[in-house]
Amino acid sequence: MTASKRRPVSTLGKAVLGIAFAGLAVAALAADKVKIGFVSTLSGPSSALGVDIRDAFLLYVKMNGGKLGGLPAEVLVSDDQFKPDVARQLFERNVKRDHVDFMTGVVFSNIMLAALPEAIDNKVIYVSPNAAPSPMAGKDCNPWFFAVSWPNDAYHEAAGEFANQRGLKSVYLVAPNYQAGKDSLAGFKRTFKGQVVGENYTKLGQLDYAAELAEIRAAKPQVLYIFLPGGMGINFIKQFVAAGLGKETMLLLPGFSADQDVIGPVGPAMAGLFNTAHWSPDFTNAANQKFVAEFRKEYKRTPTLYASQGYDDAQLIDATIRATKGNLADKDALRRAMRTAKFDSVRGPFKFNTNQYPIQNYYVRTVGSDGHGGLINKSFNDPILRDHGDAYVQACKMPK
Amino acid sequence: MNAARLAAFAALLAALALPPVLQAAGADFYLGTASRILVYAVAATSLNLLLGYGGMISLGHAAFFGLGAYATAILLSEGVQSGLVHLLVVIVAVGVASLVIGAISLRTRGVYFIMITLAFSQMLFYLVNSVKGYGGDEGLTLRVRSLLPGGLDLRDGNTFYYCALVVLALELFLLHRFVHSRFGRVVRALRDDEVRAEALGLPVFASKLVVFVAAGILCGLAGALSVNLQGYVSPNLLHWTQSGTLLVMVILGGVGTLWGGLLGAAALLLMQELLSAQTEYFEFWIGWVLLGVVLFARHGLAGMLRSLFAPKVRS
Amino acid sequence: MSGLFVLEQALNGLQLGFMLFLLAAGLTLVFGVMDMINMAHGSLYMIGAFVAAWLVGLTGSFIIGVAGAIALTALFGILLETSILRTLYARDHLSQVLATFALILILNDGVKMIFGNDLPLSAPQALEGPIEIIPGLMYSAWRLLIIAVGVVVAVLLYLLVQKTRMGALVRAGASNREMCTAMGVDVGRLFTLVFGLGAALCAVAGSLLAPLLAVQVGMGENILILAFVVIVIGGIGSIRGALVGAMLVGIVDTMGRTLLQQLLREALPPQWASAAGPALASMSVYLLMAVMLVARPQGLFPVRT
Repeated sequence: MTASKRRPVSTLGKAVLGIAFAGLAVAALAADKVKIGFVSTLSGPSSALGVDIRDAFLLYVKMNGGKLGGLPAEVLVSDDQFKPDVARQLFERNVKRDHVDFMTGVVFSNIMLAALPEAIDNKVIYVSPNAAPSPMAGKDCNPWFFAVSWPNDAYHEAAGEFANQRGLKSVYLVAPNYQAGKDSLAGFKRTFKGQVVGENYTKLGQLDYAAELAEIRAAKPQVLYIFLPGGMGINFIKQFVAAGLGKETMLLLPGFSADQDVIGPVGPAMAGLFNTAHWSPDFTNAANQKFVAEFRKEYKRTPTLYASQGYDDAQLIDATIRATKGNLADKDALRRAMRTAKFDSVRGPFKFNTNQYPIQNYYVRTVGSDGHGGLINKSFNDPILRDHGDAYVQACKMPK
Repeated sequence: MNAARLAAFAALLAALALPPVLQAAGADFYLGTASRILVYAVAATSLNLLLGYGGMISLGHAAFFGLGAYATAILLSEGVQSGLVHLLVVIVAVGVASLVIGAISLRTRGVYFIMITLAFSQMLFYLVNSVKGYGGDEGLTLRVRSLLPGGLDLRDGNTFYYCALVVLALELFLLHRFVHSRFGRVVRALRDDEVRAEALGLPVFASKLVVFVAAGILCGLAGALSVNLQGYVSPNLLHWTQSGTLLVMVILGGVGTLWGGLLGAAALLLMQELLSAQTEYFEFWIGWVLLGVVLFARHGLAGMLRSLFAPKVRS
Repeated sequence: MSGLFVLEQALNGLQLGFMLFLLAAGLTLVFGVMDMINMAHGSLYMIGAFVAAWLVGLTGSFIIGVAGAIALTALFGILLETSILRTLYARDHLSQVLATFALILILNDGVKMIFGNDLPLSAPQALEGPIEIIPGLMYSAWRLLIIAVGVVVAVLLYLLVQKTRMGALVRAGASNREMCTAMGVDVGRLFTLVFGLGAALCAVAGSLLAPLLAVQVGMGENILILAFVVIVIGGIGSIRGALVGAMLVGIVDTMGRTLLQQLLREALPPQWASAAGPALASMSVYLLMAVMLVARPQGLFPVRT
């Protein structure tokens, strides 16, 4: 496995490759290697997410002998710096200059939506290891887009259901003002049966929540539900505790704001918090136990749910290439193969819906002691939502 | 034909021949880079008109770029694809905005003018941010592009390149005519010494306003082009750091020179492209180059070229 | 809207105001005394935050971190002034803008090379919790500290400028530089000191705000523009103006964004109201700046003669 920066190819080299490829395409033999363009947020307050996805993806490739689907894999990693325009340019470079076979990696929905056309308009499959916005599950669904993570609304639908189970009657909602934020609170409201006493959209990337916390204090909700991934969540929870609100209001979270990347910086205040996710480090299936052990060995830290998605991303691409026997030239065959690719997901059972979004289980987790003085997520055995798809699949008219 | 005209003609020929050459070399990815240079050359040349010839230092010129971009983007997202409609709307919208902003700003002088252009551009930045219906701070992705008469779609790389080339060529031609016209001499007079110009009875405020509006509209056109190139707009196009980048291009290329905008845009964008392949710290080196130019080579690339080829001539 | 809510938002506005004051004070002095537009002022704030985060990470002590950040950033500011910035005093404003813009690029990547793209910094544990300032209102102890430090610095600056010899020289230099030189003042040394002081103030702001925000490359760019707004409103060269301007901007921005949001929520869907509220509040701040520039460009407390 080589994780290299993009290298311009010389004119002569291109000519030689061009002739060679022409010959190969005619013979319809397997390609000699597979190129993946990996663009993610690797710097800034929310970099932990992109770094985990990348690390897990590269780990799987390494565990597989540097190969995906039996072909040597070249993963071109670059940093979108949390900027949609940068991501767009990186996608353009990977697709048009480096001629990658797959694009993947982006964490945030707004960044992905800005860059995605560069891939899907050029028949390059994009596998999303994270962002999976609701329009792309419904009316904007596209045959070149696959989400290997979850539909954006899912964790929040699960949380709303959990809030019902707990008999909670009033909620105050906070999320960043972008597609995923909108999806998250829509998802919670879809299942939650109580009253919404406040709905506040903050600026994406905002770090100071003094104003919002004052409003929450004034509204006096029974439970506060926030979707604030990465650095946003870390800052919010710290300031929430600092403002003394933890004593008056219960905090309910999606897994995005309660995983290791938040537990570390926030610390003991996280203990006992409930959150929902599709995966937990304590899942007992064989694939997961191997994944967690290898990740800990390689990187000396516990993987987050983002890492689990990066790992499954690589597994999915691996299984897809094996299904086409290494033929990367027939793009339509590749995407059809991906729809039904079989692999041992670390989350347990996994399958794609007709809109190429997952159908899977969602669980409630709680942050507890890991036995070594630290904190880790522990899941309840029974899923709160079972074989759950998404609310938008009916609107999707997916071509063959 | 003198040296300058010969050079211009040669440059035009080279630019016309670029797409087929790149295609033959299999490097058509770089056509996108060339197109981006053309778009920013249009923007930087407009700023050069304002700053270099008009003597007005604006820290908010990117606002007009952004306005032109958003006007086009909004029309495209509502299904209006006609390039002529886009052109008209951009000229009117950016024209009105620059007229209003110019009329107010030109009442101030010196450092206050710099500050007020900054204030207006930040106002527009936040205005665009506030309109969630067209993306707000998430920006707006567009799946279609402008259509030109004759069935030309700007989605096609070659078509876009030639369209941008035509716009730039026209702009440079107009600038050339302006510089050598009577109005151009008036403007340069009041750039050099405003007090004396006023004493001579020249219409200072009106002349400056005309230049301000013209520069604004030209920049707006660059913005409209950029939407067709990127397929994406965001409020960041109006951020003051974008105005700073345009200023950098003008300085690198040569303030108050005809080719300064193009040379500066090409220099900065090529530096970014080449250096970013070598190191992730490319802005560090670009910063030093810029600092060097500001401190030691005030007339930028155009100045250096001129002293190489025509050392006796002084504009 | 309850009184406690308004009080809490007012405190938030004060907190933002005092931080802006720390940045604006240095900027207005440099602008007023040396007639130089320094776009890299925000970079000094960023350097202060990074050095503080690095030192706290190294020593575990917040006090050492802040003190060290102040000292090192002031030193760096002086170094910058005596080497590069000095040559800009005689140049026109455009050259100053461009040269200091170039410095922003250099310093952003420079910091990235030395420290990486971001560093974590948390408030000391003792101050991580709330304080009950009046029965029923718990407010973050750290934010109260920021307000307290802001008040102390404002008082100290006032004493420095009004009661000391150096302060008199600074006021003279801001008011009429040529006269100052003609009177035999060592203007060069004065300028260096003023710049160093500005850098130190930036470091204080950077290290205090770091636990609330994030220490990351590029953090200076947004707050820099607000600092310019403050000094335009207050009057270039006036510390009193910087304080009043900063309070005005801090309160208008903070209260504006919540009030507008609540108002707009009656009429618009929540996503739209949440976007429009803060944006309109920010717009009004810049509108205020523009009005000032046209109606009273010398600011609320004019200094220049």
